[in-house]
Formats: sequence, C-alpha cells, structure tokens
Amino acid sequence: MGMNIAEKILARAAGTRRVAPGEIAIVEVGTCVLTDLNFLPASWREVLRMRDPARVVVVLDHMVPANEPLTAAAHTAAREFVKRFGIARFHDVGRDQGISHVVVADNAYGLPGTVMVNPDSHTCGGGAFNCAARGVGLPETLYAVTTGQTWFRVGETVRYDLEGRLKPGVSAKDVFLHIAGRWGAHVNQNVEYGGPGMANLSLNARRTLAIMGAELSAEFVIFEPDAAMLDYVRARNPAPFEAAVPDRDAIYRERRRLALDAIEPLVALPDSVVGNSVPVGQVAGERIDQAFIGSCANGTLDDLAAAAKVVAGRRVAPGVRLIVTPGSQAIWREALAAGYVATLAEAGAVVTPATCGACVGGHMGVLGPGEVCITASTRNFKGRMGDPSARIYMASPATVAASAIAGRIASAADYFAGDLG
Amino acid sequence: MIAARVWKFGDDINTDLMLPGSVMVKSEADQARAVFAANRPGWVDAMRKGDAIVAGRNFGMGSNRPAARSLRNLGVAFLLAESINGLFFRNSVNFGFLALECAGCDAAFAEGDTAEFDPDSWTVRNPRTGAALTPLPIPERLLSLMQGGGIYPQMEKEGLIAPRR
Repeated sequence: MGMNIAEKILARAAGTRRVAPGEIAIVEVGTCVLTDLNFLPASWREVLRMRDPARVVVVLDHMVPANEPLTAAAHTAAREFVKRFGIARFHDVGRDQGISHVVVADNAYGLPGTVMVNPDSHTCGGGAFNCAARGVGLPETLYAVTTGQTWFRVGETVRYDLEGRLKPGVSAKDVFLHIAGRWGAHVNQNVEYGGPGMANLSLNARRTLAIMGAELSAEFVIFEPDAAMLDYVRARNPAPFEAAVPDRDAIYRERRRLALDAIEPLVALPDSVVGNSVPVGQVAGERIDQAFIGSCANGTLDDLAAAAKVVAGRRVAPGVRLIVTPGSQAIWREALAAGYVATLAEAGAVVTPATCGACVGGHMGVLGPGEVCITASTRNFKGRMGDPSARIYMASPATVAASAIAGRIASAADYFAGDLG
Repeated sequence: MIAARVWKFGDDINTDLMLPGSVMVKSEADQARAVFAANRPGWVDAMRKGDAIVAGRNFGMGSNRPAARSLRNLGVAFLLAESINGLFFRNSVNFGFLALECAGCDAAFAEGDTAEFDPDSWTVRNPRTGAALTPLPIPERLLSLMQGGGIYPQMEKEGLIAPRR
C-alpha cells in the first residue's frame, strides 16, 4: 500500500518505513522558526539547552518595528537569545525583516521532504516547497527548539488535481475562495496539490494557496515537487534534500479535480472564510472605508504587481484608505525596483514596511467601530482587524485594489480585459 | 468525577474570539478578561471557576494564539466539542487544559445543564437527561500533560527551560 506526500515525509522524519492515518508520529524537526510572539513577557520561558542552533530561525514579524513597550521587550529578548545560542538565521527589524512564512519562503529555509514547525497557524505555507510544515503553538516550538523533536497525529489526505490555467485577473486567492466555498473546512485532514495545472501556477501563487490552507483548518498542505520549485530552492539553500513524491497507489480520503479555467473572482462575506464565498458581482457597490493588501498570504511580488496594474495612473477614491504591506523587505525592494511602490504611492496607497500588521489587528491599519474593509490577507473573523463591529470582506489583491479605486466593492475584470491567459 | 455547569457555544469558535488582537501582547490576566468579548460580552463575569464549555464543530479554529491558556486561567474545568481544531488541541495539551472531542455533546447538553466527566470510565453524562457519551480517547502521554499542568513543568523537570522567576 502506497503513501501520499505527507505520510512519506512524516515516516522519513520518524525514522520508520511507513505511517498511516490515526497514528501518532514522533518526528525530527528539520527547521524550527520562532517569532516575536514567542518572546513576549507573557509567553517566553528561558531556554537552557538547544538541540541544534543550525535548525533554528528567529523572525521578528508580528509587530515590527515595535508598536509598544511589551513588544519592544520581546524584540530585546529575542536578540539576546539569538546571541546566546549563536543562531545565524535571525531576521531583525531592518533589511532582512519580513513575515516569518514569507522570509522562510524567500530564503527556502523549509526544505522539500522535511518537517518545519513555527508557532503560527499559517506555517503550512511551507508546503508550497514540498515541506511538511505546520503551526504548533508557542510551547511546542520551545519543545522543538530544545529537543529537536515534535509529534503529529497523522491525518487523512485530500488530493486536488489542478487542471488548466487561470483566466487573466483571477488569482490563487480566488482558487482558495473557490475551494473554501465549495468544499468547506478540512479539519484534521492534509491537503495535497498536484496535477498538470500546477505548472501554470507561479511559485508565488502556490505560496498563497498553501498559506490559505490554514483557513481550511487543514493540517499539512503540500505541493508535489516540480522543476520550478526545486530550482528555486537549490538557488537559495545549499543544503541537500530529497523531495517527496506520492506513490502511485497512495491512499487519499478523496481525490478532487480542480479546473483552474472555470474559477471566477470571488469575495468572502464578513466573519467566516469557509463556506462564505460569493461572486464579486453579488457584493459590488458595498461601501468600504479601508482596503488592505498584505499578510503572509498576499504580500508576494505577484500580489503587488496585480495591485499596481490596477491602480496605475488612477487615484484611490476619496474617503478610502488603501494600505499595502509587502510580505518581506526583500519583496519591498523588488517592488521598488519594478516600479510598483511608486505606482501604488502615486495612486494614494500607503506602502508600509513588512509585518503582520493590519492582518492581525496589530498596527498600521487597525479598523474602528462600524468600519468596512475589503482585505487581501488571511482572515475576516469578527474583531480580527480591530473593533468587533467592523465588517471585513476578503478577496484577491486585484479585487481589493479595484475596490479602493472605485470607493466601493468592485470587480477588477476590466483592468485585465486585454490580457492573454 | 468532575461536575461542571455548562455554557453552550456553537460551531467554528475561533481563537480570535477567545484572545482578541487588542490583548495579544498583554499579560495573561488581561488576556483572560477579554475571552469572548466580541461574541459574548460579559461572559467572563457571568462564568464561574469550574464551569464547562460545550461547543460544536472545529472549536479553536484559526490562530495559534494561546487561547487555551486563557480558558485554563479562567478556571474552565473542561471543554467538550463535536470536533477540536488540531492546533488548539495541541495548545490545550501543552497549556494543561482538558479538551475533549465528544460526538453528540452539542445535542446532549443545554445551557445551564450539569456535565459530569469521569476520567476513570472516560464517560460524559448529563444527569438531567441520563444521556451518556464517550469522548475520543487521548493518548496517555498527551493526557498526562493535559492533566498535569502542561508541557512547561515537564520541560523544567528535564532541565530544558528555567523555572519561572
């Protein structure tokens, strides 16, 4: 009986021939990421031993630069920790700053075929690079840092076979909203992406889709390896690895075909991401106060390019705030070189430094009572981005940018009408 | 046997509702006071230490924020849910909060009922109706962490982290 990708990676990391759904696998952790939230005074515990500093990455991301004294204290504690244990891969405020999942992807820290943990729920984004990556919470990351191990309950896997190619103006975020709307939550299940259409999704699109797997409540979200993925990793990380491919007779809970051509731009209505998607037309005209593009899901260069294309030569509507937060400072600089930052700023967008920021209701874009936001980020939960009475719609960066220009929720279709698929 | 007064919550209760962003960097005490402030204002004053939460599907979905720690700090005796999000379950283990997946619990209990959990027979009962349910088993190693104050005391014993000053 064959194994799927998640089972193969877990079996290898557990040093066993095979694992099956329902079992608990105790595994070696290839990469353990800590963020600034680990080091908050309420959560931090002084580490006395470390299994292997070379497996550890520290990224300050949720509140950077510090938004208040408690956060600043966490940043100080992180700097002392990094110094004490000689951790080379440290992403402090500055040139190497970014959201942990984005930084990890930018640098290919999470190697194909290995296990990666991070406290944060969106860690599954590492699966864009065939890595079994999972958010495990603050205490478990300390356990992984000190012992080099963690455990997983092996879940069943749903396989998506991608076919065809997205139409112009349709993005990975719309693919996610389609899956979340049609199939709903994948609680305690893994998601595996592959199929002939995968080659037509950029690595940035795959990053978005893998990150958003957290919103399906999935465990691992893992793409099959292909040349584009493996070349990207090899160009950025010299460490050896062995990518995991599914066996031909791998067992899946279900196998679903996903025709990319058939997907249309969608919007998730406020308060829930799953089972809440409607066509843009259904909510077009709804008033907005703020439009946000950013987060680990939508702060890629592709996202900034789509936003810049929409707003080029136009102005953000009076009374509306467009806030754009690149996922990392490396992406920020790429966007600067490509002219996107100038285009966005000229249109009236505020382009912030890379941070979790507004997505987590932290800083630089928090919503007030009764406000309406359309966001290209990870979550639209009640109170997520600020006051609990604020209403948060979720859509692609193109739809968010088009809405910022229109001053109300609007389709981006016209901006892409002349493009070839 | 633990007997607890029941508070009912529905499906898909996310951790943003239990630990809103406004207190994310604050103290444990500040975080505990903000539990369910958006969806059920005043609940932290109405509940008493030793009460239980009974919920529907996918309890604890979303962010990894330490919401299980807040429920433990409020003195919630245990959680019964139709299903529990994997990350929330792990945090419940590691923060020492008793979280039980128990099919049928949503229908078996009404708000204000008493829920009796007997860890020895691994049974949940509603004395008002006589209904008896069996929660999903929890592996011994995880259950002992859940009932023994979580993973930090264990890590202190093993010399991995320093005791809290």
